[in-house]
Amino acid sequence: MSNSNLTRRGLMKTSALAGAGLALPTIFTASSASAFTNEPTGGTVTLGFNVPQSGPYADEGADELRAYQLAVEHLNGGGDGGMMNTFSSKVLQGGGILGKKVEFVTGDTQTKSDAARASAKSMIEKDGAIMITGGSSSGVAVAVQGLCQEAGVIFMAGLTHSNDTTGKDKKANGFRHFFNAYMSAAALAPVLQKLYGSERKAYHLTADYTWGWTQEESIAAATEAMGWETVNKVRTPLAATDFSSYIAPVLNSGADVLVLNHYGGNMVNSLTNAVQFGLREKQVNGKNFEIVVPLYSRLMARGAGENVKGIHGSTNWHWSLQDDASKAFVKSFGEKYGFPPSQAAHTVYCQTLLYADAVMRAGSFNPCAVVEALEGFEFDGLGNGKTLYRADDHQCFKDVLVVRGKENPTSEFDLLEVVEVTPAAQVTYPPDHPMFAGGALGNCNPGA
Amino acid sequence: MLGLNKKDLSLLLIVAFLALCAPFILNPFPSDSSLAQFNAGYPDLMQRFVIFGIFAIGFNILFGLTGYLSFGHAAFLGVGSYSAVWMFKLLSMNVVPAIVLSVIVAGLFSVVIGFVSLRRSGIYFSILTLAFAQMSFNLAYSVLTPITNGETGLQLTLDDPRILGASRTESGGIPVTNFFGLDMRDTYEMVVGPWAFQFNNGYYLCAILMLISFYLAIRIFRSPFGMMLRAIKSNNTRMTYTGLNARPYTLAAFVISGMYAGLAGGLLASMDPLAGAERMQWTASGEVVLMTILGGAGTLIGPVLGAGFIKYFENIFSKINDGVLHTWFGFMPDGLEDLVVTLVHPFVGKGWHLTLGLVFMLVVIFLPGGLVEGGQRIGRLFRRKKSGDEAKKSTQSTPAE
Amino acid sequence: MDAIILQILNGLDKGSAYALIALGLTLIFGTLGVVNFAHGALFMIGAFCAVTLQRILNISFETIDPTRTDFLGNPMKVKTTYVETWFGPEVGASIIDWAVPLAILFSIPIMIGIGFIMERGLIKHFYKRPHADQILVTFGLAIVLQEVIKFFYGANPIPTGAPDVFKGSFDFGMLLGFEANAIIYPYWRLVYFAFAAVIIGAVFSFLQFTTFGMVVRAGMADRETVGLLGINIDKRFTIMFGIAAAVAGLAGVMYAPINSPNYHMGMDFLVLSFVVVVVGGMGSLPGAVLAGFLLGILESFASMNEIKSIIPGIDQIIIYLVAIIILLTRPRGLMGRKGVMED
Repeated sequence: MSNSNLTRRGLMKTSALAGAGLALPTIFTASSASAFTNEPTGGTVTLGFNVPQSGPYADEGADELRAYQLAVEHLNGGGDGGMMNTFSSKVLQGGGILGKKVEFVTGDTQTKSDAARASAKSMIEKDGAIMITGGSSSGVAVAVQGLCQEAGVIFMAGLTHSNDTTGKDKKANGFRHFFNAYMSAAALAPVLQKLYGSERKAYHLTADYTWGWTQEESIAAATEAMGWETVNKVRTPLAATDFSSYIAPVLNSGADVLVLNHYGGNMVNSLTNAVQFGLREKQVNGKNFEIVVPLYSRLMARGAGENVKGIHGSTNWHWSLQDDASKAFVKSFGEKYGFPPSQAAHTVYCQTLLYADAVMRAGSFNPCAVVEALEGFEFDGLGNGKTLYRADDHQCFKDVLVVRGKENPTSEFDLLEVVEVTPAAQVTYPPDHPMFAGGALGNCNPGA
Repeated sequence: MLGLNKKDLSLLLIVAFLALCAPFILNPFPSDSSLAQFNAGYPDLMQRFVIFGIFAIGFNILFGLTGYLSFGHAAFLGVGSYSAVWMFKLLSMNVVPAIVLSVIVAGLFSVVIGFVSLRRSGIYFSILTLAFAQMSFNLAYSVLTPITNGETGLQLTLDDPRILGASRTESGGIPVTNFFGLDMRDTYEMVVGPWAFQFNNGYYLCAILMLISFYLAIRIFRSPFGMMLRAIKSNNTRMTYTGLNARPYTLAAFVISGMYAGLAGGLLASMDPLAGAERMQWTASGEVVLMTILGGAGTLIGPVLGAGFIKYFENIFSKINDGVLHTWFGFMPDGLEDLVVTLVHPFVGKGWHLTLGLVFMLVVIFLPGGLVEGGQRIGRLFRRKKSGDEAKKSTQSTPAE
Repeated sequence: MDAIILQILNGLDKGSAYALIALGLTLIFGTLGVVNFAHGALFMIGAFCAVTLQRILNISFETIDPTRTDFLGNPMKVKTTYVETWFGPEVGASIIDWAVPLAILFSIPIMIGIGFIMERGLIKHFYKRPHADQILVTFGLAIVLQEVIKFFYGANPIPTGAPDVFKGSFDFGMLLGFEANAIIYPYWRLVYFAFAAVIIGAVFSFLQFTTFGMVVRAGMADRETVGLLGINIDKRFTIMFGIAAAVAGLAGVMYAPINSPNYHMGMDFLVLSFVVVVVGGMGSLPGAVLAGFLLGILESFASMNEIKSIIPGIDQIIIYLVAIIILLTRPRGLMGRKGVMED
């Protein structure tokens, strides 16, 4: 019933058209061949800030964005210079990066790997970003790190704590300044042993995703090494808001320490639920029941309110540190925004400065040159003491802070106090440590 | 020719033209102008346009023709993505086996879900599909993590046992997806004066597949099978009285739309080899429902328009932050500029969902036939045709071109 | 044994939230025949009423206290709430402390008002439209409401505490004859359960024992005949919508201390509430309540470690599995009327 007028002539005509159409892209000359992806021409260079602006970590994302904007301002010579003045490497003078003015574009990761990758791709392909940075979740960080490796741009990780980011999933184009779960555990374990003894039974509640798994693995190994017994390890769904059904079994399990391998909203809710169920007042085996939160953040503490009093954990940095660099950063950030910076803000500020510094020292924006400049880089004056960017896994090794919820906070920012500063040597592990095995850096990828 | 009548053929050719010339059409603004914000012609977004166009076309076959509103199609998208990535990990980086596997697996999955869900109709069917979608999402997110890698998403690693390919390239990286050697990621950038156009291999592959799916959809619409489906929507009881069993038809429509969704999922993974669990959440299904309704359910070109519209908004609108707003309204006096920026701010940037929700509500209330109906009304206005009959107000009106 | 009782309590507590939302949904569906996807948003708005009241009560003015310094070394700014200055520090502090129960009074008129506006402004025009359209427009409305809240309150959960009196936990085991500290359950959750029971009882008695309720029940059974009898059913249905919105809002207000309100809590509860309604039987009020509690308890049991070790991940999917099974075998739900929407 069809009315096809399929003649030889018609076929020749259509196929000629089709052939021309398919060959269309190749007829036009490609643009100037660049040595690497998004090579900056002209007087500006664009950085991509991929942070969560909605979803469970929106607060941290907003703080990260503030720190990024501050960093860009300092790099371009504005403001009071912040930590550029205390940084041990003095190549950054405030004239942009290699003479080019620093501009930025922002994207919303929504704390979902899909959306984060799409946002990063848009920044790379559409806005010509030469470096992608930011994030508050390890799953997202791993996903975006993989994308940056494939696309040939540098990824400076934001807030990601999982061992996998510089372990199983490490990539040559990715760098992490923030500490990881192993370091948290190594710093916390001696403090916990001093406080609570070696005869404890721990119950672990773990967020069911890459960060939770590595965190649980690290803290369980560290505590078991000092004599604690792990009673149970229970995975809780990442999207859960009500932890009452997970807290209830803890009451009768015989455990006397609850380790909450949760972050952000999860931790706020689980801690609140735990306190509601009267765990803080409980006595098991003749000892006080204790709660430990291995990864802390001030924003989280604010969300949990008075429930964090006396609970120990670890952070990458805290604004109450008294060294020159921290004070300079707190002053810069505080004067611009009116409140002290969080550890998320601190780490991304450092990452931006470190990237700019690496480019200046390498003399080029080429990712491979930047990688070479950062690998094995030792620096100081960014708030954590002497730090090494190890070449084997692109992870920073520095002092780790053990913190505790204050019993009498003096203000809404003064919720945590630093109990101990663990030196870097204590938290360093060999590059071939089993918790970090399973991946390989590969080679740096300059892209086009 | 090709078995289509003249009107459909011209529609197909128009869509083909638009798809193939998209790099030009979507980048109308020069790269340095302040309107460059609105340029949509970069590879990732163009790929998403056509991939979600495929998804919406498939969904339209189910919802537009039979009227069954399914909230579970995101599950098929996700399943397709996961199968494609597994194919990349195990077999080869060539996209062809990955796409084939994703369609097959999604088809099987939709047979199972369709068989169970289609035992009920109407609101029960919708809630059943909703329940299945959430269940699959929860399974993919937390339970089946060895297969799906949970929240991080399934990615390629340097140690993948690729039977018909290399585990890693000579430079020590992960190989790129390709179509018989043609890298999906390769992009030619053509600079003509102040304009820049990007031509991407992956995009053209997806566009060709979209045209083929569109052609198939037209054929289904105009076939006796399509007529049966429309009969099911208009009066199911009468149809059963005449002795026809509706069930195989609806199941076939469900499976076909599921396979389209699987194809879309496989293409998503072929362009970017990561499969995240969020693709399977019911709100992702809600997105394709939005696309179809917004464009015009039951029409041919509606879903494609709707998909383009929503994806454009999602990617372009959400990038307009305060800095951009200030550059636009910079010509106004300062106080007025700040006022305007404050007024517009909730609707753009991260608040773009608000704009989307509002637009969606307006479309469902006033323009149930979607953008296509809007276009028709405007066309009628210009042509001043005396059309006395107002189509019955419903999103499921009979399809009219 | 005590573990099981704990989980039952948990389930009743969770089930109360489900039951209240499902009750509202069924009221709307049974009376108006409208599928309301925006009901979760009403729940969320209720929770944010509690947040708003807490914020209003906390409006404060700043004074400079030169004796203390803040983090930058400047003199500390101390905030004192107006309520404290008007009522004195102790009474003021306790008023702020009781913000959540006070929010009940605060939220009832707001929720009824919102319900009215929704019904008169939007839902009314959708009575005759097919269910798909109703779902879509209310879905759009839910997104809009969610985004508006997100714009004003931010994307993060806002902790809203219960009054101090209820902050601890209660030795439930003593009541049942167990040894001390065997079963401990937070006070506020028990309060929530009692509150839910009161509300459900109030709604049911309202429908059962008042003339208004009788007309509504008649309208649910056969709307047309009621109209033929000369009774203006529309106005009554509008009032019912307002009441259903208020029920959802109250559920949200009291839930705020249990889980910090955030902008997408409505969507999280919506899917489950629909599942509950369908399992209970669309249009059946006792069914909705019963199904709510049952599914809550089921979910609690499924998260017990013993059960999870047999079937891993069962807690994630148990509700959906049960819903699917019931929908397939008994589509009118547990207590639905035969013949309603069965085709």
